[in-house]
Amino acid sequence: MALTLYRQALNRALDEELANDEQVVIIGEEVAEYNGAYKVTDGLWKKWGDKRVVDTPISEAGFIGMGIGASMLGVRPVMELMFFSFAYVALDQMINNAACIRYMSGGSINCPIVVRGPSNGGTSVGATHSHTPENLFANVPGLKVVAPATAHDAYGLMKSAIRDNDPVYVMENTLLYGDSAAASDLSDEEFTVPIGSAEVKKEGTDVSLIAHGRSVIVALEAAKQLGEEKGINAEVVDLRSIRPLDEETILKSVEKTNRAVLIDENKPFCGVSSQIAATIQEKAFDSLDAPVLRVTSIDAPAIYSPPLEKEQIPNVSRVVDMVQKLG
Amino acid sequence: MPDFVQMPQLSDTMKEGTVVKWLVKVGDKVDVSDPLAEIETDKATMEMVAFDEGIVGAIYIEEGTTAPLGEVLAVIVEEGEEVPDKPAAIATSESEPEKPEEPKENQDQNATIKSEEEKPEPAVSDERIKASPLAKKIASSKGINLSEVKGTGPGGRIVKKDLENHKVPGSPTAVSIPKRSQPLTSEDQRIPLTGMRNIIAQRLLESKTQIPHFYLNVEFDAAPLMNLRKQANSAAEEGDNKFTVNDFILKAVANAAASVPEVNSSFDGDAIIQYGSVNLSVAIAVEDGLVTPVIRDAQQKSLLEISLAVKDLAERARAKKLSPDEFAGGTITVSNLGAYGIDSFDAIINPPQAAILSIGSIKSMPAVDEEGNLVAGLRMKVGMSCDHRVVDGAVGAKYLTELKRRIENPASMLI
Repeated sequence: MALTLYRQALNRALDEELANDEQVVIIGEEVAEYNGAYKVTDGLWKKWGDKRVVDTPISEAGFIGMGIGASMLGVRPVMELMFFSFAYVALDQMINNAACIRYMSGGSINCPIVVRGPSNGGTSVGATHSHTPENLFANVPGLKVVAPATAHDAYGLMKSAIRDNDPVYVMENTLLYGDSAAASDLSDEEFTVPIGSAEVKKEGTDVSLIAHGRSVIVALEAAKQLGEEKGINAEVVDLRSIRPLDEETILKSVEKTNRAVLIDENKPFCGVSSQIAATIQEKAFDSLDAPVLRVTSIDAPAIYSPPLEKEQIPNVSRVVDMVQKLG
Repeated sequence: MPDFVQMPQLSDTMKEGTVVKWLVKVGDKVDVSDPLAEIETDKATMEMVAFDEGIVGAIYIEEGTTAPLGEVLAVIVEEGEEVPDKPAAIATSESEPEKPEEPKENQDQNATIKSEEEKPEPAVSDERIKASPLAKKIASSKGINLSEVKGTGPGGRIVKKDLENHKVPGSPTAVSIPKRSQPLTSEDQRIPLTGMRNIIAQRLLESKTQIPHFYLNVEFDAAPLMNLRKQANSAAEEGDNKFTVNDFILKAVANAAASVPEVNSSFDGDAIIQYGSVNLSVAIAVEDGLVTPVIRDAQQKSLLEISLAVKDLAERARAKKLSPDEFAGGTITVSNLGAYGIDSFDAIINPPQAAILSIGSIKSMPAVDEEGNLVAGLRMKVGMSCDHRVVDGAVGAKYLTELKRRIENPASMLI
């Protein structure tokens, strides 16, 4: 059976949810007539027409605000950001309005919006197009943030996000859209992946590699190399959801392996991995046989030079080296 | 100058592209910006345009073919210019920088590095004991005093593994030396241990108490070996090397160990180290004890090289002129008591090795030939002691079969 690519899995989830609920609309720059800047919405405008798949001007603050307003009235907009880096021009909408309205209205207004788009570096598109703001949004009470690593999870989490009654920000990755390592054998039956559930992608006994998004693919490759070349049997935990965070799966893994290396494309300062490290030491201190170590992006704006940027973001050799530093 | 047309990067995530359709054919004249082909990327199908003017000299890949970035697809030449053959892909900025190939460490070197790391940490003055949270928890539940435990983690940190190996004094597994029960008389002597005797005592006690030994015994037909040795030595001229029986045995042991590497191994806690070469430890009796210098890469050495090496080692061992590194790194040991008239015996394994061969003397005795007749035979008994954590009975037997084949067909060792 042919494997489904990450991009195709998202497309299928969007298509099915457009069919399942007439309140679902897709809104964003070039999502309609151009089929999406990264072709995630390929064919959807042709199939569903102008009222369901809507092109916008280059005005993130404007159209995200429009989506949030619409969602308060019962529409279920799926907003595409060409890069999640562009969310920064719409932060007032995405944080002050979307995240706070349920609380500030005493529960009488909710905001069932999805904002999705790529949140990654590694493609030499420059510092302003390479931000990974999952840590930033996960910091805000009222928001849900997911970062699928595989086509299976991209499909299942996108469907859960659209059906959720609160704002869910889905962080994708341009390098995963067409990556065969992230492709999945998808069931023909519809299914969802619950928000807030991590998954052990590879069982192991010696160290837990904990990651989200494309870093999971890096961790799996590193685990393979550690097993074949160093005799180290690493477990790979895919967070899938940054907030809510599945602490139980993380702690269970660390209690089994007694060691953790966190792999995180965020910058190290207040990154997602900082939160995971805090959780492990607070709740699994007596299980630790070594300090929790991290492989993150090197703390600098995204480097434009392709060979340097490959070293800046987590890669297999940096993970293999870091695991060996555990002693 | 021919201008090679390469697979271009048409999107920031593109790693390869497919030539959907060629828009030119060989012999066509093209100008800068003329479309050459339609290329399908991971996102869309786009036109690839010419960057140079000239004539399409050759098209190297067919429609429908997928090629990585930088792959040469076609060439544009000037009129009358010779059309070159297709070159290999031209490096692009996207391609990985070349890395010098790192030398492959063999497992033997790994083992050496490891043993260096295991050297005790230099004494630290600060009195705080470094232990992982998990180690502290285990120590408190088992009643272990952490100050008595040596940490092997980074910076000397005590980790889980150190506590698993730790023996509480007085526990049944701790080894105690039985106390002398009778007072010494004037005829008795108390001989202090020499350094060598001390090491022999420690290492063999460690071996016999920690390594689960088992023993295999076989008898070989030594007549062909004795014949060959006689021929080799009688043909030798004045000053030529004379071969001993032991030279042939060492050569056979090394070659058989290369064929059955499972015996050329060490137990290493959570893994078995299988060595890439056979470093043969040879037990040599000296005045106040015994030493086991090593013939390195013995599987690659000729009979003559082994013979000369062992003569040199024995001579210098007796003169106490061997350097410490000449004792290190052995992977399997031979102990030969044949010259002392011993029929057969079972030696104690030389740790961290997994096997030792015990060679008895060659004796004339009745034997049964292939036709079933009782004949005068020359027989040699060989024992093999194995570490059962590493070598199982069937593996030991496989090794002895290889050894028998070589000793009973000794001419193979001359090739």
